[in-house]
Amino acid sequence: MSKILIIAEHNGTELNNATAKCVSCAAATEGSIHILVLAADGAAVAAQAAGIAGVEEVISINHANFAQVLAATQAPEIAAIAADYSHIYGPSSTFGRDLMPRVAALLGVNQVADIMSVKGPRSFQRPVYAGNAIIDVSVPEGMTIVATIRMASWAAAEGGNSAAVSKREASAETPTHSRYIGLKTEGGDLPDLQSANRVIAGGRGLGSEENFQLIYQLASKLGAGVGASRAAVDAGYVPNDMQVGQTGKIISPDLYMAFGISGAIQHVTGIKDAGTIVAINKDAEAPIFEVADIGLVGDLFSIIPEIEAAI
Amino acid sequence: MKILVGIKRVVDYNVRVRVKPDGSGVDLDGAKMSINPFDEIALEEALRLREAGKAAEVIVVSIGPNACQQQLRTGLAMGADRAIQVDTEERLQPLAVARTFLAIAEKEQPGLFIVGKQAIDDDNSQTGQMLAALWNRPQATFASEVQVEGDTATVTREVDAGLETIEIDLPAVITTDLRLNEPRFVKLPDIMKAKRKPLEVIPLSDLGVANDNTLEIEHFAPPATREKGIMVDSAEALVTELKNRGLL
Ligand SMILES: Cc1cc2nc3c(=O)[nH]c(=O)nc-3n(C[C@H](O)[C@H](O)[C@H](O)COP(=O)(O)OP(=O)(O)OC[C@H]3O[C@@H](n4cnc5c(N)ncnc54)[C@H](O)[C@@H]3O)c2cc1C
Ligand SMILES: Nc1ncnc2c1ncn2[C@@H]1O[C@H](COP(=O)(O)O)[C@@H](O)[C@H]1O
Repeated sequence: MSKILIIAEHNGTELNNATAKCVSCAAATEGSIHILVLAADGAAVAAQAAGIAGVEEVISINHANFAQVLAATQAPEIAAIAADYSHIYGPSSTFGRDLMPRVAALLGVNQVADIMSVKGPRSFQRPVYAGNAIIDVSVPEGMTIVATIRMASWAAAEGGNSAAVSKREASAETPTHSRYIGLKTEGGDLPDLQSANRVIAGGRGLGSEENFQLIYQLASKLGAGVGASRAAVDAGYVPNDMQVGQTGKIISPDLYMAFGISGAIQHVTGIKDAGTIVAINKDAEAPIFEVADIGLVGDLFSIIPEIEAAI
Repeated sequence: MKILVGIKRVVDYNVRVRVKPDGSGVDLDGAKMSINPFDEIALEEALRLREAGKAAEVIVVSIGPNACQQQLRTGLAMGADRAIQVDTEERLQPLAVARTFLAIAEKEQPGLFIVGKQAIDDDNSQTGQMLAALWNRPQATFASEVQVEGDTATVTREVDAGLETIEIDLPAVITTDLRLNEPRFVKLPDIMKAKRKPLEVIPLSDLGVANDNTLEIEHFAPPATREKGIMVDSAEALVTELKNRGLL
């Protein structure tokens, strides 16, 4: 039977909801599910992880070196306990994509990236070519499976559990060649893009940072997260963490509304899992209308106030 | 110091890729091929470091068949000093690519190995991290700013929560994000000059790289299509439609 270890993503005090999504993928894989929490003081995070339904055990390793997330520091620790497991899963967030390939290389295996569905204990589906093709990938017997989980494909597992938490000592040597300096966040207190039920997004059509206020206003009215195209980020209208797409965030809200976004494949690949896609664009030929469930041709500057008035 | 840059030949990002009807792969017949966009950014960064006096030589490396010499020549025209093609007909997975890069790194002893954060064909996003692990050196992935001072680099990384800064000792691996720089355009005279720059071909078999533990890729399918949508003609009609669907 499979033994699956999930690497928890957290900020020191709070477990990221990506971890519960990995648990759903692990449940589909079938096997016993453990979660590993690496932290300086992981008690709170371990308790949250133990609450996720389906989890059998939480392993908590506390060490000052784990106060910040550095792949070079964490990967050896994970590799050191990997022998007990058939599968090692992490989220396909920037955290997981930084860390998991380093773990895989230490174990001498290739990594399965972005699992969107599980076909069998060693067989998975994942997207390639910006989502233009879906491939079946199998991992031969005898190889540890190291994988990242595509978050937009999995709902978070429920809570209500109280799994055992076991504490262990750090065993691997930690390198000193990599040092964390700091993190700059700009998003403010908008709902998290990756878990928001509604996302309002703007593109180059907004024209300026000031005009982007229209998007923020509508979003706050609807309790929505705010997203953007790469063009809007590159032009400096919004910070980088709002970029949606192949090289930004892949999201799956119930409602996605795109204003002034043309619909390049690199953008569309990030929103294909949304429940309903709404596109507002002044160009009736814009490719975004090919994927939109509801389209409206017109000038966003007059349409946004009209939408606000109508709701 | 030397900087090595990984250059992968991939289908151009503007090409609309389609799955072959028999599911054996994607149809790339006659499709335009280019340098992976992130690798162009990697090369641009290396060139800027050389121009700022932080590096002495920039070497582009591609693993693949003869055809990838085309992308290496473009890299030379952009300004790389020399090129290495590791010749193989096989499509290597990231672990084998990283092992090959390690073999080249051991030979060339670079201070930095810069690669793209992901190849836009397989979207694996693994090679740089794997190389760093095998080399037992630091990694700074998804870089949007790089500063080199002596034996260390300070790198700003694009992470989900915002912009993270880390400091790493050299030699190290950096993987590039889109906002690191804007690659320069190649000028015609540079293309002529690039023809005379050295391009070394090394058969993959000469490097003694193990190509085991590969994943089996069995079937390609087109993505699920969404049902055709509707058009509305006013903001009011849009709001009504959203309310009817229980979305507002
Ligand atoms: C390797 C690579 C990776 C990439 N990754 C991503 C990614 O992750 N995410 C991403 O988004 N892009 C990505 N891109 C970029 C992508 O190819 C497009 O360039 C980008 O998505 C375009 O952004 P846009 O739609 O805002 O701008 P444009 O394509 O310029 O479109 C602007 C749209 O606004 C409309 N408009 C203008 N004014 C108005 C108005 N007043 N009212 C209504 N509509 C108006 C126009 O008709 C137009 O359709 C990537 C590109 C590459 C090469
Ligand atoms: N065959 C290859 N030849 C040269 N560079 C490569 C090759 N494969 C991957 N790379 C480099 O590794 C980066 C990440 O690739 P990947 O891990 O496959 O997404 C790419 O952007 C390239 O810089």
